This record gives sequence, C-alpha cells and structure tokens, in this order.
Amino acid sequence: MSRALTIRDLPREERFAPGHRMCQGCGAAILMRHITKALPKDTIIVQATGCVEVTTTLYPETSWMNPWLHIAFENAAAGASGVEAAIKVLKKKGQLPPGKEVRVVAIGGDGGTFDIGIQALSGMLERGHDILYIVYDNEAYMNTGIQRSGATPFGAWTTTTPVGKVWHGEWRRKKDIIGIALAHRVPYVATVNPAYLPDLYAKVSKAMSIKGPKLIHAFSPCVPGWRYEPALTITIAKMAVQTGMWINYEIENGVLNVTTPVPKRKPVREYLKLQGRFRHLTDEEINTIQKFVDEQVAYINKLAGKEVIGPVEA
Amino acid sequence: MGKIVPLSGNSAVAYAVKSADVDVISAYPITPQTTIVEKLAEFIANGELDAEMIHVESEHSALSAAVGASAAGARVYTASSSQGIVLMYEIMFIASSLRLPIVMTIAARALSAPINIWNDHSDFMAVSDTGWVMMMAENNQEAHDDVILAYRIAEDPEVLLPVATALDGYFMTHTIEPIDLIEREDALSFAPKRKTWFTLDPDKPVTIGALGDPQWYFEFKRQQYEAMKKSREVFEKSVDEFAKVFGRRYGAVEYFGDENPEVVLVAMGHVVGNIKAYLSRVRGKDSRAGVLKIKLYRPFPEDLIVKYLEGVKIVGVVDRALVPGSASPGPLHSEIVATLRKHGVDAKTLSFVSGLGGRPVTHEHIGVMFSKLSELKDKPASELPKEPLFIGVRE
Repeated sequence: MSRALTIRDLPREERFAPGHRMCQGCGAAILMRHITKALPKDTIIVQATGCVEVTTTLYPETSWMNPWLHIAFENAAAGASGVEAAIKVLKKKGQLPPGKEVRVVAIGGDGGTFDIGIQALSGMLERGHDILYIVYDNEAYMNTGIQRSGATPFGAWTTTTPVGKVWHGEWRRKKDIIGIALAHRVPYVATVNPAYLPDLYAKVSKAMSIKGPKLIHAFSPCVPGWRYEPALTITIAKMAVQTGMWINYEIENGVLNVTTPVPKRKPVREYLKLQGRFRHLTDEEINTIQKFVDEQVAYINKLAGKEVIGPVEA
Repeated sequence: MGKIVPLSGNSAVAYAVKSADVDVISAYPITPQTTIVEKLAEFIANGELDAEMIHVESEHSALSAAVGASAAGARVYTASSSQGIVLMYEIMFIASSLRLPIVMTIAARALSAPINIWNDHSDFMAVSDTGWVMMMAENNQEAHDDVILAYRIAEDPEVLLPVATALDGYFMTHTIEPIDLIEREDALSFAPKRKTWFTLDPDKPVTIGALGDPQWYFEFKRQQYEAMKKSREVFEKSVDEFAKVFGRRYGAVEYFGDENPEVVLVAMGHVVGNIKAYLSRVRGKDSRAGVLKIKLYRPFPEDLIVKYLEGVKIVGVVDRALVPGSASPGPLHSEIVATLRKHGVDAKTLSFVSGLGGRPVTHEHIGVMFSKLSELKDKPASELPKEPLFIGVRE
C-alpha cells in the first residue's frame, strides 16, 4: 500500500488564477484552487451562479484555466448534462479526436444545489451522466448576503432567520444531500474539507477515475456569513471534523470509508463558539446540536461497521 | 427534389431535424409538441439518426442542457409548447446572449389558466423579447423547411443567435399534409455543419458566461442587437438560395390579394391560409382586399411591412394572443402600429383578437373582420375603436 498523500505531494501547478474577488479567508477559494489541481486538464467546468462564479469571472478576466461555462443559478447539472452528451456524440461522430478524454465537472453552492438546483441535480444523477458534481456548502445564500438555505444548520443566525424576541436563528435541520445523491444509486459520493487537502485531492482524483454520476460535498467556511476572523477558516474547518459536526468520508459502490477517523471527539460547543452566527445559542440549543451530531456519528459508525468516530472526550 | 409523403406537422418537423443531422436533442414532453420528440426518439432507436437524446426532467433543464451542448460545439435541437416555453423563459435570454445557435420548435399553444392544450400564439408572443430569431409557418411544408433554414441562419458567423420556428398546435402539428422531404445530403449542403462559434475546447480554453459589470454589459447587448439586425440580411440570402435549391420561395412577409388593396388583414400561422381561402372563394377577386402574412417575427421586417401597407386605407391585425392592460392588447397589432408610425405611413389600424385557446378562426369570423374594415375604411382615425374587437367570443 502506498503511503498517505501529504500536502507536498499535491501538484505545484496552479490552475486557478489569483486576482479573483473572493473574500480573504474564503473557504471556497481554497477548495477551488485544490479541486482544479486534482482535475485532469481536459476537464470542462460548468458552474452555477453563486459566490465563486461572480468573483472569478469578472469580464474580461477569469481565474479559470479549464474551459468554463456558466448559464444560470439552478441548472449547472443540466448544463453539464448537455456538455457531457455533446462530447459523447461528437466523439462518436468523429468530430472530436477519439483518443481525447474530455471530462465534465459541475460546481454549485449549497443554494444552487440543495435548493433551486435540486431538480436538475436529480435529473443528472438519475440519467447516469459521467459528471462529477461538487457542491461547496457555506450553509446559506452568501452571495446575496447570508439568507438561509436548505443547508443552513439548526440554530444558525442568517439575515432571514434573525435572532429576535420570537425567532432564535434557524429552527430546522440541514438537508441530507449525500442521502439524496445515494438515493439515485450513484457509484461514488464523498465529503471533503479545506483543512484536509490531501484527502480532498485524493477524492477528486478518485471521483474522476470513476464513470457515471458522482457527488462531492465540500465544507466551505464563510468569513462574513459565519462571522469570524479570516485567519480562522482552517481552524474552524478542522474543528468541524474534530467535533463530528463534519465527517470526512466516501461511499464507493455502497461501501463507506471514513477518511479522517476521530478517536475522541471534542464537544460541539468548541466549534460553535468560534462563529458569531451561533453566539446567541442557549445551553439547551447547544445540547440539541450535540444530540444531532451524536446521532449522525452513530449512523456513520454503524455504516462503517466499527467505531471510527469516537465518543466526546470528557 | 425529395420524395413527397403525407406527414403531420410534427412529423414534418422531426424529418427535417433528422436531415439536419443534429447531434444532441434535449426535450421534455408537452402537448402538442410531444410527437416531434417521439418521432426523433424512433429515428435514434432505429439507427436512422446518430444523436444523443437527453431525457431531461423539465423544460428548464431541456434548454439548459441545449445551451451546454451547443457551447460544447454540438448542433442541438429542442422543442416545446405553452407552459414548457415559458418555463424556458429565463434560459431563452441566456441562450441568445451567449450567442449559441440552438434551434427550437414551438408547437404553439395557449397558456394557463385555465389550462388549455389547444392552439393560439400566447406562448410564442410571450417569448418574443428574448433575443431569438423567430419564425412562424403557415403550413406543414413550411414548418419542415423552416428547420433547415433555421440552422443555416443560426450558425451563420454573422448571426450566431438561437432560432425558434413555430407551427400552430393541432391545426398543424396533428394535421396531415403532403410534404416534399428535404433529404439529409441536401439539408447539409444547404446548412453545412460548421464550427462558427466559440466552444468549450480544452486545447483553447475559454470562459463562457462571465460576469459583465457596468463597464461591459452594455457593449454585449449592443453587439447582440447588431447580430439580430444582421440576421435579417442572412434570412433574405438564405430564402433566396432556398428557393433556388428547393424551388419553394418564402418571404419574411408574404402578401396575397388585390394588387392595389384598400383593406388588408395582417396575420400569422395557419389562419393566413384560411384568410387566403376566404379571399379566393368568398369575397371574390374583384374586391380590393388582401392578407399580409408575417413569417419572420424577430427581427420584425419593418421595411417590407411598410412596402405592402403604404397606400392601404385600413389594416386589420389578427392577434391570437392577448396582453391585458397594454396600449395595444394584441402584440402583433402593437408591432404593426409601431412600424407604421415610425415610418410615417398613415394607414389606419384595427386590432382583432380572435381564436384564443384553440377556438377556430372561421370564414364567418374573417368575414366579420373584412366587413368591419370596409365599414370603417373611410372614417377618420379619431372615430375608430380604441380597444380590440374580440371576434368569436361570447360577451
């Protein structure tokens, strides 16, 4: 067995140009930089409207060295389906060189994926297109100014779930996008996190080696939306894993593999207290979140068939 | 010359799509369009057409996938009707602004509510501001030919705009007429597959669909406007060559009737045929009346409209769509009034709204329209009705 990848093993070549307008400390910027390193060069990227799209393609500049297409908010998966179908038929009809392996990746935020793009995503997954869909999840509509989405976690403050006398932040639980993808019997799903870049690199590379529809769910800390200092992005991303708020895993043909085991978990309070969006939470609400995380950890351990994520340390 | 076969309007369209050797078809079922895509699926299933069919989950995705496929360099086709067309509305603007030569058939149908699967022009008119070149056929042969014309115009390097070709739901889509088929070889020699637009090529990567801020957005729109204008010249060249090759001549507008008319009805789609028949059989050749068919709706062929309507006393415009609250609730009437006013033509106009939701526009209705025109032709404009005349409705 080969040794585990380290950050030094990742390609030096940059495929995501600097000079874009993303925020300092943006989790999605780190994600895009390293996703593009892992993609084969002959990969076409189809992007949904969102933070990454508006900040990386301000005409006449672009950060993208791959062929790149943006159509609208809710249809990255549909647009990518069209690109993939075109490549397939053009190759068959001899209009593209037969040896040329052109691959397709769709990228969207949580709003463009969990909510407005869910129908197009479902269609893409169900039809079996050879496309990797990557959702960078910053847990709200950040591009329009922090409105809640179907990916906003319980308790989070957003501008449309404000904290007032009656409301106390988001009162519903986050949608299970991996579960939705799995319901389409896709060959590969994975979660990635910008604090674990070799893991991210390995998963994107593996996804690109598998034929058929794939989904990668990427944890994407957001400085203005989550209310923290830009320097804390990686600290928060790491703390999410250490508390079990986020679990790095992959499911390949139904087999689950937790890629970042956590023998002893930290209490979720450690993750929540780093972010202004959770500052209003009561002990009771924090206990509720802890309970949700315990449930998810138990579920993942059950699928793994062993305790890969341990108990909360005392 | 191809062979002559009896075909429904939808089959006629499907045969043309096959002859155009499209690469990607992306469509969603909706009445009365569905049988176009069914026929195309049959062609692919039988190996008669080598294309990818994307069985999308909505019309919104149908056009989104068409945009993706076109951006990847494929010749693409889609078709829809009614609610499906207006579900595509958002992406129709994007397809034209990204300058992608997609061809779509609109099997024209009324819009809900009440839900109604029958023919009028509500869907066609609802998307007439989306930057697409738009044509409407009068008969099935024309619907067949329009598809081939559409690819030629759309993919012209001076145009690069999507083209919508329309035919009336049921009255044409499900009605059988003899069709002189354009064979693949002839279609591809008339509308050859050329890579005239920027595509997503890994060897020459481009960013398509960038953010255009106030520094640039306006210039994009200005260029798009020029492309639409240019499409008119390309249309004229294309129909000229089409006539030479296939022996059928189409015009952006087509006039039928008296050489020096006092009254003219302006109409679109299959109703034009009804009006022609009325003029020939009922009204008689000696009456000073005619019908002007608008085939090309975008770009609106103002010059030809002026040419035919100059000197006419009164023009009746038959609209099969209704825009409540508009200064001119008939959208075609609105275009005609703007054209006449802009070019200083003082023909009076009268707006007729008729045949909504599949109600036939009969010779009786057409008779009422011509009678109204004759009755009002010598009245001063100030005495003309200011509201549309609804023909064939229970008041």
